[in-house]
Amino acid sequence: MVDKAAIARQFIEAIPHARALGLKLTSIGNGEAGITMPYSKELVGDPRTGVIHGGAVFTALDTCCGAAVMSHPSAPGGTATIDLRIDYMRAATPGQTITTQATCYHITRNVAFVRATAMDEDDGLPVATAAGSFTVEGL
Amino acid sequence: MARTRPEPVQVVKQRRDAALNAIVDGVPYIRFLEIGFDRRGDELTGVLNFDQKLIGNPLLPALHGGVTAAFLEVTAVITLSWEFLLPKIESGELNASDIADYEKVRFPKTVDFTVDYLRSGLPRDAYARAFISRAGRRYASVRVEAWQDNHAKLFAQASGHFLMPQPTTDGK
Repeated sequence: MVDKAAIARQFIEAIPHARALGLKLTSIGNGEAGITMPYSKELVGDPRTGVIHGGAVFTALDTCCGAAVMSHPSAPGGTATIDLRIDYMRAATPGQTITTQATCYHITRNVAFVRATAMDEDDGLPVATAAGSFTVEGL
Repeated sequence: MARTRPEPVQVVKQRRDAALNAIVDGVPYIRFLEIGFDRRGDELTGVLNFDQKLIGNPLLPALHGGVTAAFLEVTAVITLSWEFLLPKIESGELNASDIADYEKVRFPKTVDFTVDYLRSGLPRDAYARAFISRAGRRYASVRVEAWQDNHAKLFAQASGHFLMPQPTTDGK
């Protein structure tokens, strides 16, 4: 039997921009996915504080949401973002890895609905949350 | 009363460009994405210079949706900061070297950001312009549009809310 998770990991980690950000797929399956993004000086949004730019957090969340859609049992193959909203709760702590977790909580023939959160090492309060809709595409 | 003589054009350009460069160049993530800003008078256009590392779908190929979102957000924040700081730069209250000083200059913070993906981002340069719908004392609402070859065919648009920098308690 083909290992769907291994294929997905290879697929995600082969995306040029995912490589540039150092994204790693930590878990995937049944419409859920987890991705980590290590801290990097290149991703800093405010050089005076060393806090990661919100855009990099957005990218990690978007990638994680896409992976969650692709891993859903009813998803035939690929996906693309239709819309994605991010709420930024607080600044990520400089030096800490960002961990994102996404859930595809509903899927139809054409649209997948996804929620996600981004955490740093303090898991008491998320850094950001996301909600979006994605296309459902054949292979 | 005779009006004051306008400043020489190179003085005006030098001051504004130095201030804009100080706002943009200090941010590592903006450099990482190779985003630049084109200034015409008070109007800014964000320019995303294409690079292979911005690809999110190697099969099409297409820009990563996160790159598109980050480009729109950077354009929104820089445009908002520019509108907010320009009067102080023009009056001489702030100069380019003050912008790196955390005690003197704070930037707006993103509260939320919503991106509509209208078509896939082609593997080439992209442009974006932000429109400030409302800038209050505490919050601002900004809309951003991005296009590539054809300005009439947007490939993404976004809207977001931002928390404006607050004056320090000592009234400065």
